[in-house]
Amino acid sequence: MKLRLLYFARLRERFGLGSEHLDVPDNVRDLDGLLAWLRQRGPVWAEELAEGRPYRVAVNQDMAGPDTPLGEGDEVAIFPPVTGG
Amino acid sequence: MKISVQSGPFDLNEEVAALYVGRPAVGAVASFLGLVRDVNEGDGVNTLTLEHYPGMTEKALTAIVEEAQQRWSLLGTTVIHRIGTLHPTDPIVLVAVAAAHRGEAFAACEFIMDYLKTRAPFWKKETTPDGERWVDARVSDDKAAGRWQAD
Repeated sequence: MKLRLLYFARLRERFGLGSEHLDVPDNVRDLDGLLAWLRQRGPVWAEELAEGRPYRVAVNQDMAGPDTPLGEGDEVAIFPPVTGG
Repeated sequence: MKISVQSGPFDLNEEVAALYVGRPAVGAVASFLGLVRDVNEGDGVNTLTLEHYPGMTEKALTAIVEEAQQRWSLLGTTVIHRIGTLHPTDPIVLVAVAAAHRGEAFAACEFIMDYLKTRAPFWKKETTPDGERWVDARVSDDKAAGRWQAD
């Protein structure tokens, strides 16, 4: 499944990239699965995306939870809690 | 409804006038102007840089204003949020709400700001004499937004 990933603010800096196109394996079906797959990419990914860390995820620009299903071409954004205003 | 995410400045008087000039049903406009402070958590702040999520930020702001419109009878709403690098005393955000009476205008203005703080994807990075740092989200902002939830 092909996905577009976006990273913002502190996470963009930690991962060293703002966006990427990913082709994830077939067993990645929801957000929980994607996060588990991303944690395998290296120590920074495992640390920042560990359970209990303060980050938020949006799928197709709507806030999403672990059970949110993923589909071909979805836009997934991972970012710290927001601090506007 | 006017929603704008922009790097340039805005004119408070112009934005407020646009909500009531030629519209005699408007009896009240409440506006909130958020500014860059020169101190945060005890440290001096030289600059503040705001990042956003193009597309989702505008969508989130629109959803917040729509929710305010469902809760109160409003006659017009303007939300302007700046991005990029700003300095102390620079305006960051404007929320202005027009209604027939002050109660609705005050309440909707505060509601929109509280929700913007916790739901709209913006992130602040500040430079202090010790270097750059990302601003952490505040628990008090979550509490402020939580006041609007039904018990």
